Amino acid sequence: MKQNKEPLVHLVKRDNVAPWKPWVIRAATILGGLIFICLLCFAELKVSPFKVIKYMFTGAFGNEHNVLVMFRQMSLLLIIALAITPAFKMRFWNIGAEGQVLIGAFGACACMFYCGGKMSDAGLIVLMLVVAIAAGMIWAVIPALFKAKWNTNETLFTLMMNYIALQIVLYFIKVWVPGGTGSLNPIKYGNLPQIAGGDYYFSMIFAAIITVAMFCYLRFSKHGYEITVVGESVNTAKYIGINVKKVIIRTLILSGAICGIAGFLIVAGIDHTISKDTVGGQGFTAVLVSWLAQFNPIAMIFTSFLVAFLTRGTQEVMTSSGITNNFFAQVVTGIMFIIILASEFLIRYQIVFRKKHKDEIGGNDTESAEDSKTEIETENVNDEQIETAQAEEPIAQNVEVATEKGVN
Amino acid sequence: MEYTYAVQMKGITKRFGKVLANNNVDLDLRKGEILSLLGENGSGKTTLMNMLAGIYFPDEGQIFVNGEEVVIRSPKDAFDNHIGMVHQHFKLVDVFSAADNIILGEKEEKLPFKEEKQQIIEDALANNAECDEYEKEEHDGVLSYLTAPKRITDKELKKRLSLLPWTRFARSVKFNWLKKNRAGDLQGIADKYGFEIDLKKKIYDMSVSEKQTVEIIKVLYRKADILILDEPTAVLTPQEITKLFSVMRKMKEDGKSIIIITHKLNEVMEISDRVAVLRKGEHIATVDTKETSEKQLTEMMVGKKVDLNIERATPHDVEDRLVVEHLSAVNHDGIKVLDDVSFTARSGEILGIAGIAGSGQKELLEAIAGLQKLNTGDITYYDPAKNNEKVDLRSKTPVQIRELGVRLSFVPEDRLGMGLVGNMDITDNMMLRSYRKGIPFFLDRKNPKKLAEKIVDELQVATPNTQTPVRRLSGGNVQKILVGREIAAAPTVFMAAYPVRGLDINSSYTIYHLLNEQKEKGVAVIFVGEDLDVLIDLCDRIMVICGGKITGVIDGRRAIKEQIGSLMLGREIAFDDENKNKETAQNEAE
Repeated sequence: MKQNKEPLVHLVKRDNVAPWKPWVIRAATILGGLIFICLLCFAELKVSPFKVIKYMFTGAFGNEHNVLVMFRQMSLLLIIALAITPAFKMRFWNIGAEGQVLIGAFGACACMFYCGGKMSDAGLIVLMLVVAIAAGMIWAVIPALFKAKWNTNETLFTLMMNYIALQIVLYFIKVWVPGGTGSLNPIKYGNLPQIAGGDYYFSMIFAAIITVAMFCYLRFSKHGYEITVVGESVNTAKYIGINVKKVIIRTLILSGAICGIAGFLIVAGIDHTISKDTVGGQGFTAVLVSWLAQFNPIAMIFTSFLVAFLTRGTQEVMTSSGITNNFFAQVVTGIMFIIILASEFLIRYQIVFRKKHKDEIGGNDTESAEDSKTEIETENVNDEQIETAQAEEPIAQNVEVATEKGVN
Repeated sequence: MEYTYAVQMKGITKRFGKVLANNNVDLDLRKGEILSLLGENGSGKTTLMNMLAGIYFPDEGQIFVNGEEVVIRSPKDAFDNHIGMVHQHFKLVDVFSAADNIILGEKEEKLPFKEEKQQIIEDALANNAECDEYEKEEHDGVLSYLTAPKRITDKELKKRLSLLPWTRFARSVKFNWLKKNRAGDLQGIADKYGFEIDLKKKIYDMSVSEKQTVEIIKVLYRKADILILDEPTAVLTPQEITKLFSVMRKMKEDGKSIIIITHKLNEVMEISDRVAVLRKGEHIATVDTKETSEKQLTEMMVGKKVDLNIERATPHDVEDRLVVEHLSAVNHDGIKVLDDVSFTARSGEILGIAGIAGSGQKELLEAIAGLQKLNTGDITYYDPAKNNEKVDLRSKTPVQIRELGVRLSFVPEDRLGMGLVGNMDITDNMMLRSYRKGIPFFLDRKNPKKLAEKIVDELQVATPNTQTPVRRLSGGNVQKILVGREIAAAPTVFMAAYPVRGLDINSSYTIYHLLNEQKEKGVAVIFVGEDLDVLIDLCDRIMVICGGKITGVIDGRRAIKEQIGSLMLGREIAFDDENKNKETAQNEAE
């Protein structure tokens, strides 16, 4: 008889997991990630892990200002994540949010630059909003048109659009500020009014409205349903007569418009100017936020909070420990993101370690067969096989033939 | 009589969570026999065989191969025991050729580095010793100089040794090297059993039957003596099935033992020596094929008597519902898929469409449903609600067709890829057809939910609730939901493409009865089928399509299987059937 050793570790696909379980796994990985970061900071910065944790929390919640800044950042991230969500749900991999937000911001900034002082501030703000939305829309709809008409690869297309947007902004900064520092000073026209003495609340209000609206749009509207069907199966969509091209273009218009709003909020509400760092990679981070939340707008509140908390927290760790080089903060956040993403793998697969077999000490064959009763599956099973088997086995066919009953 | 057994499975039990897939199953396979494994969907046939192939590991029980107990933990163990399985879903790399796929995963016997190095040194020493030997003897003449063994110098040896890592690396990555060595072997296997295959052909260029052949050769190439074929005939035409069976007989003559999983009874009777029947994970009986009948096998399979007769009522109130004239269409590659197709579907009748898979059946139905671009031709619908007013359906989108008030239902071949969305629940799948109704912008989920509950209840769909994603349901239940939804639209034309493919007997008959019920209601039913016996029993007229052309329309009551078979191949029929003449005359009159 042949006795093959079972591998030490193997992966088993989880099926029918209880709904709470993924969240427990996610929480556990985040905790594990935090511990890892503490150790990393200790190794690099010689700060005690407890202090790292303390700094992280003071960075995020230390004083009113910190809390507000964090929530502002979270709101912007949330808005951008919500913007790309319908497209992602449709399996249109729009990674061009960065460019769409930037071009929206640029549109708003251009209005400030050219029309500032020539018209009332309220009128200017409305104009800025409209222009920002239009600019974001155009930037998103170009790849959508190409996708719908010629089935181009939207991922590459939207990525390239980011670079074009960035270069346009740099070009115009050069035009607007000839010579000198090469950076545009804040413009005092067309600024959003401050609420309660700060520029924090506008983003939050917008984020709250868009979250609820997007949730309803995806869950309860006909458009949302069409987006889901197109995302799941283009063939089914065609079969029931959905105009797939129309849905793609319509969804990307919406996506771009929301990105434009985000750009408007950054320029009119916070920066009052534009630079190459206006969006600062948030368009890409939003992909993470949206994906982690499994495209659920409500869950995105938590994921965007987590990301904002980490970013602000690690920055505080660096400043408090006297490190002016904040690239290490970015390294740490990056590692944390990867750890969080890894949790999705653990949710889908279970790691099973080899159990000790009695026969390793010297039992006979029957014993080993008995012993492996509890074992689940051997490692070489691929998902498809498990799925086919499970599709076949669990729901037993009804023996009764439903003949006479029928349906109207 | 004593038999030697290739495989014996004793007391096999396998659980998946709470579900008992196999319960204390005993199964034995004699050497050199073909055993059919018969059972409904979900009776545990595939699970049982997967345990033999090393994909699952049994919770309890023993497996003996050639009388010796074995433990099969992985597909590799199975191959070591000369067991090979051809799965229902092929596992081939599309962009590789047949030969590449067959030898894929095979590893060369590889010596450890040190041993191979030692080997080279030893070879060199042996060679030099031979030279010494040779030089001791006396030789003369030019010829002897030429034949003299060459001495390997130290420099030469050093060079060989330093190159060793590279040659080893080259050997491990250079796939072609293996292929060249093996091409002969593969052709040998193919010739021996009578496979018709071009080993250099890429998988993506292959038909389903060719892919299956590649899978079988792959298993044989790995020296399997015990072959398991999981529903091999489900995807083949009658002609291809005949070919497969002749190959199987040759393998049997060669001493191979074969288990074939199927639920087509006529095939069981034709090919197998013995039949093992499973029901709900339990082994019911193993009987000699000669001593049993289809009826008895069905009863064992289902556990009670089943009426295998399809009643065919005489059509009443027949009127033309859908007239298709001179339809032609091309596919993406510009190849003609429909060629001047004309026919009429009548209310209260079932029109069967027979043909080899891929002869244009799919395109024809999709053309009517508004999913296929047409080059020429007309589709006219006669609306019974408007006193048979003519409606032109040519080049309309599905939505436009619906807006014209045409109640056309279509059960496509690809259930989860087209008819339904696997990840959505039953309620959301019900809405696919009707979600546009109701208040603007917002969805109405109430009515679809009611409909879902009604269908689950009336068609006895086995599902925990209506929130279950349909991909979790078994094939029969998925089909019930799809057919139920399409029927709920109260159609006047009902089209179904291969509605019973992959379904067990019970579910199949449920579908046949549903089609008959629609016919009784005066619906014009178009049924694309593959089982000719069923087509003959069920349909009022059978239209045969071959290469996108209609090769004949036959009265279902007088149709002969062979006649349909030859029409399917596009041959002019020798049968001078009165009916057929009548039929064509009638068609021309229209």
